[in-house]
Amino acid sequence: MRGQDIPMPNQTALLPNTVRFRTLLQRSETTRGFALLSPTLLIMTVGILIPIGILVAMSFWTQVGFDFDTTLTTKNYQLAMDRPIYGALLRRSLWMSGMATIATVILSYPMAYFVAFHIHRNKMMWIVLITLPFWTSYLLRVFAWKVVLGYQGVINSALMALGLIDAPLEFLLYSQSAVVITLAHAWAAFAILPMYVSLEKIDKSLLEAATDLGDGPVARFLRITLPLSLPGVISACLLIFIPTTGDYITPTLLGGPDGAMIGNLIQKQFGAVNNWPMGATLSIILILSIGAISLSFMAFANFVRKRIS
Amino acid sequence: MSGHSYIKRPNRPLQIYAALFLVVLYVPVLFLPLFSFNTSIYVKFPLTGFTFQWYIELMDREPVWAALMNSLRVGVTTSLISTGFGIFAAKAITRYRLPGKGPLVGFIMLPLVVPGIIFGVALLILISRMGIPLSLYTVTIGHVIVCLPFAIATMIPRFEGFDPSIEEASADLGENAWWTFWRITFPMVFPGILASLLLTFTVSFDEFIMAFFLSGTDPTLPMYIWSQLRFPKEFPSILALASIILVVSFAMVFLGQWINRDAQATDSKSE
Amino acid sequence: MRKQLIQKVNDPMTKTDAFISIRNVNKFFGKFQAINDVSIDIGHGEFFSLLGSSGCGKTTLLRMLAGFENPTSGEIYIDGQPMSGVPPHHRPVNMVFQSYAIFPHLNVRDNIAYGLRKQKLSRSKRNAMVDEMLDLIKLPDYGDRKANQLSGGQRQRIALARSLILRPKVLLLDEPLGALDKQLREQMQLELRALQKTVGITFVFVTHDQEEALTLSDRIAVMSNGRDLQVDTPTRLYESPMDREVASFIGTMNFFDGTVKALTDGGAEIETAGIGDVYTTNIPPSLTPGQSVSVAIRPEKLTLSSDGHGGSNTVKGRLDNAAYLGERSHYYVSVDGVPQPVAVSAQNRQRANGNAESQRPVWLSWDDNAFVVLGNG
Repeated sequence: MRGQDIPMPNQTALLPNTVRFRTLLQRSETTRGFALLSPTLLIMTVGILIPIGILVAMSFWTQVGFDFDTTLTTKNYQLAMDRPIYGALLRRSLWMSGMATIATVILSYPMAYFVAFHIHRNKMMWIVLITLPFWTSYLLRVFAWKVVLGYQGVINSALMALGLIDAPLEFLLYSQSAVVITLAHAWAAFAILPMYVSLEKIDKSLLEAATDLGDGPVARFLRITLPLSLPGVISACLLIFIPTTGDYITPTLLGGPDGAMIGNLIQKQFGAVNNWPMGATLSIILILSIGAISLSFMAFANFVRKRIS
Repeated sequence: MSGHSYIKRPNRPLQIYAALFLVVLYVPVLFLPLFSFNTSIYVKFPLTGFTFQWYIELMDREPVWAALMNSLRVGVTTSLISTGFGIFAAKAITRYRLPGKGPLVGFIMLPLVVPGIIFGVALLILISRMGIPLSLYTVTIGHVIVCLPFAIATMIPRFEGFDPSIEEASADLGENAWWTFWRITFPMVFPGILASLLLTFTVSFDEFIMAFFLSGTDPTLPMYIWSQLRFPKEFPSILALASIILVVSFAMVFLGQWINRDAQATDSKSE
Repeated sequence: MRKQLIQKVNDPMTKTDAFISIRNVNKFFGKFQAINDVSIDIGHGEFFSLLGSSGCGKTTLLRMLAGFENPTSGEIYIDGQPMSGVPPHHRPVNMVFQSYAIFPHLNVRDNIAYGLRKQKLSRSKRNAMVDEMLDLIKLPDYGDRKANQLSGGQRQRIALARSLILRPKVLLLDEPLGALDKQLREQMQLELRALQKTVGITFVFVTHDQEEALTLSDRIAVMSNGRDLQVDTPTRLYESPMDREVASFIGTMNFFDGTVKALTDGGAEIETAGIGDVYTTNIPPSLTPGQSVSVAIRPEKLTLSSDGHGGSNTVKGRLDNAAYLGERSHYYVSVDGVPQPVAVSAQNRQRANGNAESQRPVWLSWDDNAFVVLGNG
């Protein structure tokens, strides 16, 4: 091996390609790293980058019967702007996701706080316990809420059996609140993780120092714990808001006509309506609005963080 | 006087809240098995009687078995591919200085966050434009994309959890990269690999959105359930099927997390 | 019994002077006893150190003064007030944490002003106080920096300023110099001592570094296994340690077993196995003839010479080993009848030639009163 490092032009030229490739691999750490990462990058490129590219392209096409007219046109976007139902559905989706996000974060924060500061043994056990439902079928969890909230479901039948109500409460199922409740429940585990991590990171001596300098529990929480856990709260917000805006299972099973979301509309374009380019356009609009809202939210959060500190 | 220090002394309201939180987290899901043993075909209180009838009926249904086999096939393939790729990716991310690593990792983790419907329809368009017929293979591709981030995220703490100088020591003692991997790295990250296999299998087994857009004539188990939800008289047997899936999923995820628990514990400590 | 007796003798203050009074404090963590019946009085304006190896209970004791831990039994008084049940934020003490605990989301100015919130000061008054503190810690232009832009020494000063601005009755310091490198640590020791004299606040200082404790403190409590072994001035701790544990914890000490031969006015004649009879006035109060005791001598109080003669205060040995340390050398000499080699420290006043010949015969000699008699325990 040593001999190969000494410049010997003839010999290097004679080296077979495989050997040269191998020395290249060993020389450059970056090359080796990328080589290891390449299968993942390849599948993510094929599975995400290229499809999204085609999605963007298709959003400028037109459906003609069962085929597409591939002439580029912004007609779909104009149509989407013009038809008030599209905008209304989009706004409603963002609104419902926003509600679900706020509810989830507010309800999950105390739990994350509890595990981070008040569980001293078997912390991992608690984290596993909290996140366990998240890993199991989303469809089944939504189905479970249908069973709970249904017209003749758990709540209604239990209340009637107890004689508290005479007829089923209709607002439980097929309403926006049903969708928001289900979304909040389904994503709670996801929200807890980032908040737990940023609370857990807080050096306990900072809390002792704040107390030592005269802060009671409430002042200490507002001046130290909350500002320092804001990054986790922000991630939690984004981690819930972004995926829930595109959800269509929950609104289909629980939303009824009032609870439909943009996801239902997109899904219909690829199903019953059979207008794929319109579906692509709506997907792009969804991505862009999520992106715009997330970015302005992050900017706002940053601003608040600077103000607090 | 308590044995707890001032900051850590127990907070009773918070304890009650945490208990309630767990109850609300689990109870809705537990209604599925509860009603699956009820004799009535209506899902409502009061309960009418205990029966195994719906489970027994399930056994006789040919489509359930077919869907189960489909889901198993897709799940096993998905977990093997995503865990296999995930090992290399996790090693690359934790062990090498790569230019643009942050954005790259963000890109790989996108499927965790971006609504499933976006990737579902995008892949559907690509696959149909390429003229590939929808089948269990296309579902598997979709599932690998969903599961890879989970696999990588599960194994990264494992790789971070052990000192790179251990690998260097092996190289110093004369082992090449290949044997160092098999004699040192693999045994040390093995619990992470096992956890990743279990978790990605469960995610694939339970996944619905990708399957919804990408499956052809062979339904996976969640697809089968979806198709039966329209028929109220099928409710009890769907409850039975859902209960079985839930129990198996819970067990597998719990096992996976348990095997991998020390990696996550050291991870949270090092922060 | 004996302990309390000596406590009284060693404590230069009477009880009424005590500014901080720790009375029979015990602390259990589960079954583990972290503090074992500790009683210490600390005077107003004192620089007081708690010295011990890790796990000896010194930090637990400090955290009990701050209020972060509660004694399992016993009471702590600060300025005459009992502290049990008083939460940390209502105590007239402030603490400098080992990690400094600088708030990462605040700049230096806001860190220092953190505890002023309750005083409802005007903005200009508060700024003036912060500026004064920044001057005091010699960081006048650092007000707008964030915590992550500071070095260890700067963080340490800010942690000090943050506490001192509140004018606490007592400042608690938990190994505040431990994270600094040697040179900076020595500089900070001088500054800390000067600062304490300037502000006149009682300092309670926790450290495992005996040299640091000796340099800084008015008095030191040596702690081990949750007990306070000896509370004394640095000089008395070094020259007249009460028992073997204290003696071996601070500096190096040579020990010899012996028996009390005779008590003469204020002193004692001790008969030892290997080094003959020694006479010293450094004796514990209750000594009786015939009692078996340990006598001890510091390495620098022994003189080494290569030619000697018999006689009092001299013993012959063989040079086992020598270590050259620049300004001084350490020698290890075996003496018949003494199990451990005797350590001798000598200043290298002549240029060393570097050939300390091993196994050659040498003579050790000492002055009267160079030895100290320890109670055997």
